[in-house]
Amino acid sequence: MMALLPPSDLQASAREPGPLQAWMNSWRIWWTMLVICLEERLVYRGDFILGTLMRFLPIVTQVFLWTAVFGATSRGDIAGYSRNDIVAYYLLTMVTRAFSSMPGLASGIARSVRDGSVKKYLVQPVDYIGYLLAARIAHKLVYYAVATLPFAAVFFFCRSYFPPLPDASTLAAFGLSLVLSFFLGFFLEATLGMLGFWFLEVSSIVFAYMLVQYLLSGHMFPLDMLAGIPSGIPGVSLASLVHWLPFEYTAYLPAAVWLGKIKGADLVWSLVIEAGWVVVMAVACRIAWRRGTRRYSAFGG
Amino acid sequence: MARYLSIFLCCARACLVRDMTFRANFLLECLTSVGWMSMNLAFYLLVFTFTSEIGRNTGWTREPFFAFVATGLIINAIVQAFFMPSAEELTEMVRTGGLDGVLVQPLDAQFLLSMHRFDFSSLANGFVGIGLLVWALVRMEQAPPPIAWLLYPLTILCGVAILYSLIVMLAAATILMGRNQSLYDFWFYLTNFSRYPAEIYAGPWGSPLRALCTFVIPILLVVNVPARVIAQPFAGQTWGWVAAAVVAAGGALLLSRVVFQAALAKYRSASS
Repeated sequence: MMALLPPSDLQASAREPGPLQAWMNSWRIWWTMLVICLEERLVYRGDFILGTLMRFLPIVTQVFLWTAVFGATSRGDIAGYSRNDIVAYYLLTMVTRAFSSMPGLASGIARSVRDGSVKKYLVQPVDYIGYLLAARIAHKLVYYAVATLPFAAVFFFCRSYFPPLPDASTLAAFGLSLVLSFFLGFFLEATLGMLGFWFLEVSSIVFAYMLVQYLLSGHMFPLDMLAGIPSGIPGVSLASLVHWLPFEYTAYLPAAVWLGKIKGADLVWSLVIEAGWVVVMAVACRIAWRRGTRRYSAFGG
Repeated sequence: MARYLSIFLCCARACLVRDMTFRANFLLECLTSVGWMSMNLAFYLLVFTFTSEIGRNTGWTREPFFAFVATGLIINAIVQAFFMPSAEELTEMVRTGGLDGVLVQPLDAQFLLSMHRFDFSSLANGFVGIGLLVWALVRMEQAPPPIAWLLYPLTILCGVAILYSLIVMLAAATILMGRNQSLYDFWFYLTNFSRYPAEIYAGPWGSPLRALCTFVIPILLVVNVPARVIAQPFAGQTWGWVAAAVVAAGGALLLSRVVFQAALAKYRSASS
């Protein structure tokens, strides 16, 4: 039967990989991308280590500021946070931001659209979003390898600020919220970067996003502090309004989970919403990529 | 001196013309800069819903504290507008060999390298700072005495001089290291310490930190001294603060000059 087929079809049939082979090929490409990105990241490792250590400096001023605030007031806690809780909260948001922050992602995508380098991903059998994800995982792996020691040292040094270690289920929820925050941060910024297909220059949009993100993610202060502040909508506080947005999952949620501020059904519900936001943003990113590449045009070598 | 002033003004005019060529971008940069600052002000307003003072019996209640913040905005706006853009460009000049072109000019290298590029959009925060200062001062129980009004601009200049010296020394490190992106981040994080009143740095860890940031790297004098002059009752010890700021500014300028010249002596061209 096979002999009845033309020779060209025979060759094609012989080259056609099975599903397992195809999966292996795809995995190999992804693994190679990850290794290349890891090597790239380790080129400027001295600069990287120095940068990591210095990110803790702003926390020092926050610790002194809140100590002074608590020193001047007779309140034992502010919005349910003692002075120790607030210090622990800031340190934990540093961990969360180590997962969810994506420096240079959106601007890098927009730049690749602007200078035309994105076209190589259109002609090669490499998925651009998959490549960016591999690159970002590589970036984070190197970051964690370098940052684990300073993080451990700072946390050990500040251990008196932390409540006793949470139970296993809370720790698991904390870990899950961190992983989800990584994917949420990635797809949020990648979608922003895809706007480069329409606007070319997205630096102002990215900056505006960073402003909103910094304020509403809980990076600046625990979002519970907004509970008593009116939003302008009758009966709705600013904190309730912020809970409808995806930003709090990129800083506030994991820290609040560790400190036991969110428990039981609220915790499960929060994780479900976070996972939902990841799916929504992943789909939005994919749609933006498809639509963007459809209207994209380039020429030259 | 007149020649340097005329070159400074010429560079400033060229940068202003460039900024005005892209007016929409200029406006957007002003807005984003003001947006970032407004966010910080919102945070301070939130803090004052929980307390009436930053630190017990420090005198930094809401209005004096906002005068402090305003002073910081004014000083940082001047530094960001007139010195930071040139220093940021230096990294690339060292890496690409563009520094050679500057060194052969018949002008002082430090002057040309630290004052040739300006970012006028950064002044937006300074103007908001002036508005915030007026808002805070008219609400304070005691108006600043005339001597405070005289010393305020002087101490602002001292603060600018200290920050300028720090930038120049970091630029010198660029010449020695070739690449120092982290050192500029270091500048950003270090100046973070100057954003709050010195009184908050208290206790077994705070006091040594305060001493370090006052006497070794005098970053705490940058905003604290002018803010204390204008927003706190003028007492005998204020003169001590003013004297410390003047000495620190002079010393920092001198040290930065020495460090910069030493770095230039070690520079090896990267161009062909």
